[in-house]
Amino acid sequence: MSTTTNTSRLGSLLMAPVHLLMRIIDVPLRAVQKATGISGMAAFFLAPNMLIFGIFVLLPLVINFVYSMTGGTAFFLAERNFVGAEQYSRLFTCGSYLDPMSCQEDAFWTAVGNTFWFVILQVALMIGVSLITALILNRDLAARSFWRAVFFFPVLLSPVVVGLIWKWILQRQGLLNFGLYQFGIEPYTWLTDRNWTFAATIGVSIWAHMGLYTLILLAGLQAIPKDLYEAAEMDGTKPERVFRRITLPLLAPNLLVVVVLALIKAVQIFDEVYVLTGGGPGTSTLYLTQYIYETGFASALRNPGLAAAASILMGLVLVVLTLVQLGIGQRGEKKGKR
Amino acid sequence: MNMKMKSLLAGTTLALLMSTAAHAGDVRIMWYSDGVEGEVMKDLVGRFMKENPGINVILDNVSYGVVREQLPVQLEAGNGPDIARVAQIKDNARHWLDLRPLVKDPKYWDDNFGAQADWMRPDGSNQISGFMTQITLTGGFANKTLFDQAGVEIPGPKATWEEWAAAAKKVKESQQVSFAMAIDRSGHRITAPLLSYGANYIGKDGKPAPLDKGAKDFLTKFVDWNQDGSFSKDVWVSAAGNTYRAAAEDFINGQLPFYYSGSWQVANLATKIGTNFDWVATGSPCGPATCTGMPGGAALVAIKYTKNPKEVAQFMDWFAREEIVKEFSERTLFLPGHKAVVAKGGLDFKTDNALAKAALTKFVDASKTTSETALKLPAWRWSDTFYAAIVTRVGQTIAGELKVDDAFARIDADIAQKVKDAGQ
Repeated sequence: MSTTTNTSRLGSLLMAPVHLLMRIIDVPLRAVQKATGISGMAAFFLAPNMLIFGIFVLLPLVINFVYSMTGGTAFFLAERNFVGAEQYSRLFTCGSYLDPMSCQEDAFWTAVGNTFWFVILQVALMIGVSLITALILNRDLAARSFWRAVFFFPVLLSPVVVGLIWKWILQRQGLLNFGLYQFGIEPYTWLTDRNWTFAATIGVSIWAHMGLYTLILLAGLQAIPKDLYEAAEMDGTKPERVFRRITLPLLAPNLLVVVVLALIKAVQIFDEVYVLTGGGPGTSTLYLTQYIYETGFASALRNPGLAAAASILMGLVLVVLTLVQLGIGQRGEKKGKR
Repeated sequence: MNMKMKSLLAGTTLALLMSTAAHAGDVRIMWYSDGVEGEVMKDLVGRFMKENPGINVILDNVSYGVVREQLPVQLEAGNGPDIARVAQIKDNARHWLDLRPLVKDPKYWDDNFGAQADWMRPDGSNQISGFMTQITLTGGFANKTLFDQAGVEIPGPKATWEEWAAAAKKVKESQQVSFAMAIDRSGHRITAPLLSYGANYIGKDGKPAPLDKGAKDFLTKFVDWNQDGSFSKDVWVSAAGNTYRAAAEDFINGQLPFYYSGSWQVANLATKIGTNFDWVATGSPCGPATCTGMPGGAALVAIKYTKNPKEVAQFMDWFAREEIVKEFSERTLFLPGHKAVVAKGGLDFKTDNALAKAALTKFVDASKTTSETALKLPAWRWSDTFYAAIVTRVGQTIAGELKVDDAFARIDADIAQKVKDAGQ
């Protein structure tokens, strides 16, 4: 009894500063509520976040759009001349959009094509591999926690470290060729063969990010009630049917999250590829973000306005992807309610 | 607000200011190293601060990529360090501080650094922007041990690029190394053979001229040599755009009979190769027009956005002193850009590596045959534009994305677009 009293006293003592603070802020908050009403309080609490969002997201977006309407090589807006939609027109001047070399900005369309194929292949493979890994890790494996950590570990690495590790493995005098040489196999130039290099960027990005997606899917798998599987087992349902009829439908919300996150991340691919291949050989692994970076900053031929126009177009693609995801999500919610 | 609260607030504000703002008297230097010069610079900066206790010099050692890619962006935004060691000297000349009214003796600067002053100031001005920490010259290095083992004679001083390619190919086949030759992925480096083939980048109006026969002839050969394995394809296809890539590691690992780079590599090769094999500097192979290397170098320049111009000028004055330039050159194995140091001679390069000493002598000799056009290019505004366009498009051609003729058309178009973007 006395222990309970002591604990209660200690709790009151610890909470005293909090209560004091609440009393202090209570007065102005009541005044605000009186002035704006209950609905105004929501806006009041949202205001700080909206201010930060406005300064760090909306304002740069607007400035970027203004940049895309200017020409010249200077960085300061005041020193740049207004050119209207000229940068966009330059990006879209093409003989055929399917042949980047017929376009005025061939590197942009090469980057668009590369990014498109990268997103399609990487996201499909990423989801497949993450799902299989999650299904395996959901079983009663020996040292299950260890294996989960193994698959999650690359997520903790900096993308630059990921790029460097794989560069040391894949370069001409790298670890892979050394290993092959021990078995009498001729070394191969993995990072200068355009097909292998493209495949390498997909493989490396899957290796680096699959841990996170596996974890999300694993959480979804563990939330599926066990009794559904037990009932299916008692009915003698085949494992493939169990997967199609129970696992996949109940995992759908998690899968949707994974698809959206993977899609957005894939469109934005940059750091690890920049370190691993630098966009080469030629422009075979030049993706949109690198194109924007090089056009805006790194190249001696830089053109900030053109880079801004390209980034606005990339932003539009991301907005479309997000809207599609929202649409699918809302449809799923409605179905669930029915 | 009571006194206690006011004192507390004032103290906190002062602490915040001290933790974030630069001290008056701070001089921040952005420095990159090819070899041992970072260590030498650190030592010299220490000595300067002992002699000038009121000035705190902060030496930021960064990679060359940072100086090349991030510094220009900082400068365009009106930021950056107080002093920087740069290789893109002319292209950013509008950002350099005019030290003429700040240095103790402008005449000393004109007399000793005047030959390269135009390389680092806006056209038509008499600004003192800084000085060359080293004068460089592009040139070749041959792995003498590989040539000897293959029983192939090292081509002589007037040997052409074709003769070098043929000899290096024989060595490659005999010694089972991956490639015969390599040249850094750099527009500056590849300009030397282009000039030897008669190229001239500068049009009559001072603006870029379309690629001429000399340039096209060498670039066509260069692409062919990459396709047939004579040149290391790895270097030129290993990135998109005009990203710089050096091929020094393959030479240091004994995998290249011939490597075309420049005098700044001497200290690097001497340190890393040691006694593993013998190597020699060869000068620049010849073309039908001439046998020239490309001059260049790194400059230490003051940035005009500095908040401490007097301290910056004081440091520049100290570092530009004859005895300091001489010591820096001797310890870093760099060719000095100081007229009196060169004229007096007697540089005692601090190395017991006979190969390095011989290589430096070879580069000094080779500098005597540098062509007129080569000497003009470092002070020409459009050099970097030309270099970037060539590297980007030739890289794509070697990777099989463009035909040679399409690459030539694209190079001309890229350069013309850049001139148009700049409002010229």
